[in-house]
Amino acid sequence: MLQVEQLSKRYGDRLALADISFAIAAGETVGLLGPNGAGKTTAIAMISGIARPDGGQVSLGGVRITQDANVLKRRVGLVPQDLALYDELSAWANLQLFGGLYGLGAEQLRRRADDALALVGLSGRRNERVKSFSGGMKRRLNIAGALLHDPDLILLDEPTVGIDPQSRNAIFDNLEALKRRGKTLLYTTHYMEEAERLCDRVLILDHGRILADDSVANLGRQYGNLEAAFMQLTGRELRDGTEA
Amino acid sequence: MNAAAILALIRNDIRLYFADRRAVLVGVLVPILIAAFFGYVFGGAGKNAPAGKIPIAVVDEDQSTVSRAIIADLSADKLLRVTTLDRAAAREQVKAGEQNAAAVFAKGFGEQTTKAMFSGRDKPQVLLLVDPSQTTGARVIEGLLAQYSMQEISKEAFTGVAGRKAMDGFLADLDGQEPTPTNADLKTLLQTARKLSEAPDTASAGGSGGTVQRGFGLSIPYTLASTEVTARDTAPYNGYAHSFAGMTVQFILFAGIDAGVLLLITRQRGIWQRLRSAPLRRSEFMVARALATTLVGLFQFTLIYLAAVLVFKVRIEGSWLGFIGVGIAFCLLNAAFGLMLATLGRSAPTTRGFASMATLLLVMIGGAWVPAFVFPRWLQNVSLYAPTRWAIDGLDGATWRGLPFSSAVLPIVVLVGSAAICLAVAIWRFRWEE
Repeated sequence: MLQVEQLSKRYGDRLALADISFAIAAGETVGLLGPNGAGKTTAIAMISGIARPDGGQVSLGGVRITQDANVLKRRVGLVPQDLALYDELSAWANLQLFGGLYGLGAEQLRRRADDALALVGLSGRRNERVKSFSGGMKRRLNIAGALLHDPDLILLDEPTVGIDPQSRNAIFDNLEALKRRGKTLLYTTHYMEEAERLCDRVLILDHGRILADDSVANLGRQYGNLEAAFMQLTGRELRDGTEA
Repeated sequence: MNAAAILALIRNDIRLYFADRRAVLVGVLVPILIAAFFGYVFGGAGKNAPAGKIPIAVVDEDQSTVSRAIIADLSADKLLRVTTLDRAAAREQVKAGEQNAAAVFAKGFGEQTTKAMFSGRDKPQVLLLVDPSQTTGARVIEGLLAQYSMQEISKEAFTGVAGRKAMDGFLADLDGQEPTPTNADLKTLLQTARKLSEAPDTASAGGSGGTVQRGFGLSIPYTLASTEVTARDTAPYNGYAHSFAGMTVQFILFAGIDAGVLLLITRQRGIWQRLRSAPLRRSEFMVARALATTLVGLFQFTLIYLAAVLVFKVRIEGSWLGFIGVGIAFCLLNAAFGLMLATLGRSAPTTRGFASMATLLLVMIGGAWVPAFVFPRWLQNVSLYAPTRWAIDGLDGATWRGLPFSSAVLPIVVLVGSAAICLAVAIWRFRWEE
């Protein structure tokens, strides 16, 4: 479904992505793992059409991003790492905007917003301002915002960052529900246990290069467990650079 | 063009504007309050409002018929509030700002003035002590003093005791001079005037204090009929009309700054990634922002002028179309200005600071606080380069000046042209791609 070929990106002297290639099949959940600055967010930005690659190609269902980015964008839902919500507005008003950007009609938008809020367990809080929400609720609403146009591919950039275990568990439930609905998920995270629980396959990325592309089970067999694989492939050196 | 996305963005921006109720209140109520204050100060209530009187002290060291009569005239004038003091107290009060000026009539003033009237020599001096910060008041006092002095001195010269004494002295001088045809004519004239001054109906009443009833004197040989040239003869000038134009312009510009800063903040938040990941073109995004800011500006414009019309009796005496046209053109300019700010600025606080400074400068030279006609000529010329001047002039023209639509065309063209320039800069500088 998603085909990434020789994707590269450079920010000044720094190489963020070095000709990475991978494919994701429809309905698959793939974890994109890597330390800070590995190139995860850059990869997500290229695939979602936010940033232009310096080289390479992204295609979704055979449509290349350079052919018509907007066609591709209609089939992709992005859950950014930073909360993409207006705190001053209600949950419902936020969803009205996000759905409206995809040209949904009023009735369709109402239905989709109802479904998305139900999925993330926020139906009862739809009219409350986001600023009154807890961190976990905001993260769940952040996911709901990416579902309104019913995308085939959902890109989740560290969706559980900074929340309590209960909220994280609720988000796992939401993502598993999306998997059951046949959605394709590309999920970046630092947390190995999240990848082990959710992902069919993981890509380990560092210094803009893919170091491993295999199932969680195979990596476990090869290195003992996923964390051991991660540490062995990316090393123990501290990464204090900027996230890319 | 993704019209649904544009509408969603506009609706969202309007929701965001109304979400901050305090900002809405400030954006509408504060301009109304400030406009009310400026309008009142600059004669908002019209002709019937009690005008503030100019405080003036008089020092009468002469105590003559003439000095008392001049002081009585000054005291009766509706522009002045006259206090009689001694010289030291008068100087102190002018120094303290309690009096705009003090006129000192020195000993011998009455007698010397009547003599000088005929001889043109040895003119006495009226000392005018002036508060340098109140020069306008001092000018008014100088004018009134000249008017009443001429009136009372000529009365005394032609019909009073001092006048007769002066004429007798001048006739005696003429007798001692060489007889010439001119001297003979002058003598005849003085003798006639002397005779006339003894007529019973022009005799001096004199006396100390109180109103002095005396004979004829020289007075200004015309009366002044001052008419306010406004939209109609029956429509008096309403000072609120100008102040509301100025404050509407100022506070809509402030809202434009807020819109620009909001865009800057949005770029720094996750919401920007979500917007960028949607099937939205840069042009659609910019159109939506510009329209949303224009609508917010028009909302402010409508509410502020509604208060002006309902509470402060401001009337659209000229072209309604011109009024609406100038309003829309200015709101468009404001939206483009906000977009331009967002593309030029780097951080929200710095941008807000610079933009506020630029806005205050623009509204100041545009005549929002003080009408542009009181500026020096060079500043009036400079102000023509400020779009705010055209907005305010356009609104003034449509309201109290009662001008037709044709007079609003140039302001509309200038405002739309300025909007196009701001928009061009915004499009040039706007970074849509990461």
